[in-house]
Amino acid sequence: MSSFFAIADPNAARRLFLGRSGLLLSGAAVALLAGRDVLAAKSNDAAAGDVRILNSALGAELEAIAAYQVGAESGLLQKPVLALAVQFQGHHKEHADLLAATVRKLGGKPVAAKSKYSFPVEGLKAQADVLRFAAHLEQGAVSAYLGAVPLFGNRDLSKAAASILGDEAMHWAILRNALGENPVPVAFVS
Amino acid sequence: MQRLALAAALALAAGAAPGENAARGEQLYARCAACHALQYDRVGPRHCGLLGRRAGSVPGFEYSAAMKQSGILWTARTLDRFLAAPLEVVPGTTMTYAGIADAKERADMIAYLRKATANSPHCRT
Repeated sequence: MSSFFAIADPNAARRLFLGRSGLLLSGAAVALLAGRDVLAAKSNDAAAGDVRILNSALGAELEAIAAYQVGAESGLLQKPVLALAVQFQGHHKEHADLLAATVRKLGGKPVAAKSKYSFPVEGLKAQADVLRFAAHLEQGAVSAYLGAVPLFGNRDLSKAAASILGDEAMHWAILRNALGENPVPVAFVS
Repeated sequence: MQRLALAAALALAAGAAPGENAARGEQLYARCAACHALQYDRVGPRHCGLLGRRAGSVPGFEYSAAMKQSGILWTARTLDRFLAAPLEVVPGTTMTYAGIADAKERADMIAYLRKATANSPHCRT
């Protein structure tokens, strides 16, 4: 099996990654999309609540995709960090696609990406600044999913959100490691 | 005794009441980073100017109807209640977060917000 980091072309790396990650994420995707029968038995209020949670998560994922785009286009990221950023952005795209599909499946309307996002670009002057910015967002994403997991009316959705939480936590750890920080500084995330 | 009074006065001057730890609050604030920033709107509204602001009132931010109609004025007390259980205090809010159960953590985070939104260069512009 070829190494992701050995591929010089980021697009080729991304294609390879996406090809594999489709397999890796299929379990969570099934769990996320299989919840409709369970949810149909619940009240409309519970379903509306789940859609609201999913849409909040979707909004954050769409912003993360835009943030990684800013990082990738900044000219500050060197190989293999650039490829890593593109890989993580690909994860967020997969999360967003799945969340949007689930919102639709539950009868809701997925939020759309904003036409413009505000990012602290004036503070991004070196690769470490971009990594720190991304790590900050990933840490926030971990907390956001952790705060959402217990709220779902449908426990299949909780499981899927926990799966995404795990992915965000891996991103956060890798970014901390790239910054020379302890990748896993605590036993529990909060 | 004089030292204690001085420490309390310094804490208040920095925006934190005695017993509150704004530095720890800044670390805790990282939990909000998926959706919030001090100086600009993200998935959630900006926090500059939060204390003393009417809920749902940041111009141009698209709030839920529930938040706009909540009638909340953001003070340390109302923020504490909201952060403990956002969906119980404002059912229908898009801040779909279980809340911060620990009262000390909430107090520290609010102390940080009080300090940061008063003294941050980003909030002064």
